Amino acid sequence: MTVALQPSVLFGLCGAALVGIGLFAVVSSPGLLRRIVGCNILGAGIFLVFGAVARRGAGAGFEADPVPQALVITGIVVAFSASALAVALLKRLAEPRSDA
Amino acid sequence: MMLLFDIALVAGLLTLAVHVVREPDERSAIIAFLAFGLLLGLAWIRLAAPDVALTEIAIGGGGTGILLLRAEAAVRGRGKHEESVTRPGKLAIAVGCAAISAGLGLAVLSFASPAPTLAPAAAEGLSATGLGNPVTAVLLAYRALDTLLEKVVVLLALIGVWSLAPDAAWGGVPAVRSGEIPQPLAYLARILPPFGVVIGVYMFWVGADAPGGTFQAGTVLAAMWLLVMLAGLRSPPETAGLPLRLALAGGPILFLAIAFLGFAFADGFLAYPKALAKPLILAIEAALTLSVAAALAMLVAGPARRAPTR
Repeated sequence: MTVALQPSVLFGLCGAALVGIGLFAVVSSPGLLRRIVGCNILGAGIFLVFGAVARRGAGAGFEADPVPQALVITGIVVAFSASALAVALLKRLAEPRSDA
Repeated sequence: MMLLFDIALVAGLLTLAVHVVREPDERSAIIAFLAFGLLLGLAWIRLAAPDVALTEIAIGGGGTGILLLRAEAAVRGRGKHEESVTRPGKLAIAVGCAAISAGLGLAVLSFASPAPTLAPAAAEGLSATGLGNPVTAVLLAYRALDTLLEKVVVLLALIGVWSLAPDAAWGGVPAVRSGEIPQPLAYLARILPPFGVVIGVYMFWVGADAPGGTFQAGTVLAAMWLLVMLAGLRSPPETAGLPLRLALAGGPILFLAIAFLGFAFADGFLAYPKALAKPLILAIEAALTLSVAAALAMLVAGPARRAPTR
């Protein structure tokens, strides 16, 4: 039981739950903006699971494996770029059609 | 005691996530998402990853938050809506999502033991680079290729955003400020940037040895620039302007140039000569910080709206 309550396991499970919540928003939300938010929650969940992997990989004097950490940082920036592109497309979609 | 804190944190995260999904009002959902980003930063601290925590709070929470809030204001009342899913449909989706979560949870509980780790490999390279922060060393030396490609992805996303500009406005100025500017915003936009710039430069500089680094510093600088543009103190630059394009491409170009010089002066692509490793990494980081700041600010600013003056 104590194993399940270590930060790495606890936040790993939290990440797994966030993936489900985010995915639900992506699939079932009627609003497109909410789907983008859902994508971000889904991504956050995946990063958190990866963070649990990093925490477990502590070694060589580090409290957590630096390689997954660096990959998550890269991932967060890429996720932001993708959200920005999605938001720009959404705004364009909401504009009144000029050719109509 | 920490266990109680962890459980409260997890409960807070899950509650906020569910609230974001269920809240009917878009605006309050996005504000809850902002709070979610901040709590997530705390979770990263608990996972002993302060670099990720800084990035999550700055970009994942703050950057994405302002992006979504601006989008909500822009499409309010005329956003496209798909048909609502029926109740049994929703139930089926919920069951499917729960199954995926359960599977992931099982995977988390059955991680291999002892855990596989690349920490010793990263630590080995640390002494060669002269850096003290292992995460920075991984980002700019051990796995520099990922960082280089990521910079290109950010630029590609920006090209995608810019290409949504109407033909007449191509190369023009994005519309950042909207309507009347509240007095407190104008005041903050005068007071905050000097502090923000100092914090940004500090984060970049200590990133070599302590938590911090290119992305976090770039985000803080981008936030300051956006604040000034939002308050109308400075108009956004023309997207076709040469200084902006140079700032955007400068980081990746310098990174690539040094990467190719690795063939001539070190062991190969993306290798640094040992004596010059730290100065080279700092130079790349400085250029990348500027590029990241410009790219993130322009991603939030959106496509050009007004025709260029020329």
